[in-house]
Formats: sequence, C-alpha cells, structure tokens
Amino acid sequence: MLRNLFAFLSGGLFGAGLLVSGMTDTTKVQGWLDVFGDWDPTLAFVLGGAILPMAITWHLSTGRARAILGSEFPGRPAPKLGHNLVIGSVLFGMGWGLVGLCPGPAIASLSWGGTGGLVFLAAMVAGMMIAPGVRTRIDRIAAAT
Amino acid sequence: MIETDWIWGFAGGLMIGVAAAVYLLFNGRIMGASGIIGGLVDRSGLATGWERAAFLAGLVLVPALMALTFLPGADTNITNNYTAIIGAGLLVGVGTRLANGCTSGHGVCGISRFSLRGMVATVFYLLAGGVSVVLFKHLLGVV
Repeated sequence: MLRNLFAFLSGGLFGAGLLVSGMTDTTKVQGWLDVFGDWDPTLAFVLGGAILPMAITWHLSTGRARAILGSEFPGRPAPKLGHNLVIGSVLFGMGWGLVGLCPGPAIASLSWGGTGGLVFLAAMVAGMMIAPGVRTRIDRIAAAT
Repeated sequence: MIETDWIWGFAGGLMIGVAAAVYLLFNGRIMGASGIIGGLVDRSGLATGWERAAFLAGLVLVPALMALTFLPGADTNITNNYTAIIGAGLLVGVGTRLANGCTSGHGVCGISRFSLRGMVATVFYLLAGGVSVVLFKHLLGVV
C-alpha cells in the first residue's frame, strides 16, 4: 500500500512539474528542437532543474543496498550501447520532433489534451504493443549481417 | 536576460527531479514514463502492476486538478494533422521501448548518474528531434 502511495505521489509531482515547466505544451518542445528557427531554450532549464536533485539522490543511494520501502536499488546496466538503443532513440526523436510530445507529457495532458492527445496516446500504446515484435526482427537482421 | 518561461521551466524541472528522487529513494525504481506504461502495455511489468498504475494515476489526476483550479487554459497546442499525430505516436511508442527509455528515464535518471546508455540515447533522440523539426516543419511544412 505504501509503495502505491509513494508511486502516486511521485507520478503526481512529475505531472505537476511537466505542466509548470511548460513541457506539456508541444510548441515549447518543438521550439527547443527548432535550432534553425525560433529557438526556445526552456527545455534546457527543465532538464537542468530535474538532473540536479536526481544527481544528489543517486549520490545518496550509493553505498545503500535498499530503498526506504525495502526493494533493492536498480543496478547499473552494463554500459553496452547496442543497435536497439540507437535505432530506438532515433525513432523516438523523430516522433518527438514531429508532434512535440514524449510519453510523460502525453499521459499528463490526458484530461485536457483533447482528441489529438487521445489519438497520440492510442498510437503510442499501439507502438509499444508492436515493439517486442519489431525488436525481434531488428535483432534477426543484425545477427544476419 | 532571463525570461519568465525559463524560471518556470527550472522550477518545474526541480519538481520532476524530486519526483524521480521519491520514486528511487522510496520505491527503489527508476522513474521512466515509457518504461512504467510500457511494462503494462506489453505485460512485462505486471508483477509491479499496481505500483505502475498508481504512478500513472497521479500523473493524470494531479495535472487534471491543476488545470481545473489555478492553471486554467492548459493546452498542448497539438497539431490538427492526425496523420502526423498517429505517425508520431507510433514512432514514440516503438522507439522508446526499443531504446528502453525516453526523456525521463534516459534523460533525467540516466544523465544524472552519468550512465553512458542514457547519455548516448539522449544525444540520438535530441539530434533526431532536431532533424525531424527541420524536415517536417521547415522542408515539408506538415506541422
């Protein structure tokens, strides 16, 4: 129960932060990516502001085995880059630039995002459903080459 | 000159960082939006399903409440080109699951622990995002 409570609080604060920072506004996100147009640096302030408390928190968590509610801290993934990390990030970036929504803001704006927001969310969920199949195909091609 | 938007951006950013800190310190998990919802969609994360659902509930309800009370007029200003919306949604869904993370997981949580994977992913999605805006906005004019 406590786990769910803190998950709810974390999700709520995340959503509030996304709204306050302007990251649920697709024009601000596209403005950041629009280096050759009317560039908007807001996203850099958002990312900087978010990384700061998290860097301190990672530092606090080192040397401790378990989180406050008992589970183990996530281990460092092997620094293996792999084709899926690169291909996936490029596909994600293309979609992000095209409409200006990434998964967090797409979910946070569910209540006021209108039909466009709902359609985006549905397409995103569909993309997540076919992702395991896409991954298998890419791995097969990568293994064959 | 510092613009008001940048201050709000930084303040909101701090809230996002503290949210990620709460999820890590209390629940021992990485706050990545695509991973939290993706694990429910492809059923790979059903073992932690309630925790994921609670996170998503907070993520929807708190901004909804804020938009109803002191921040009326919240708007995503999303394009009305539905072909672009569907294409972008599919790309974001497939891409974030292939890469195992998005702006929150790789960007916020990865960079802050100097993760090579997080930094490489962030470089690639930022570059691809920039190319995408040039291509679809400036060259093709679809959004």
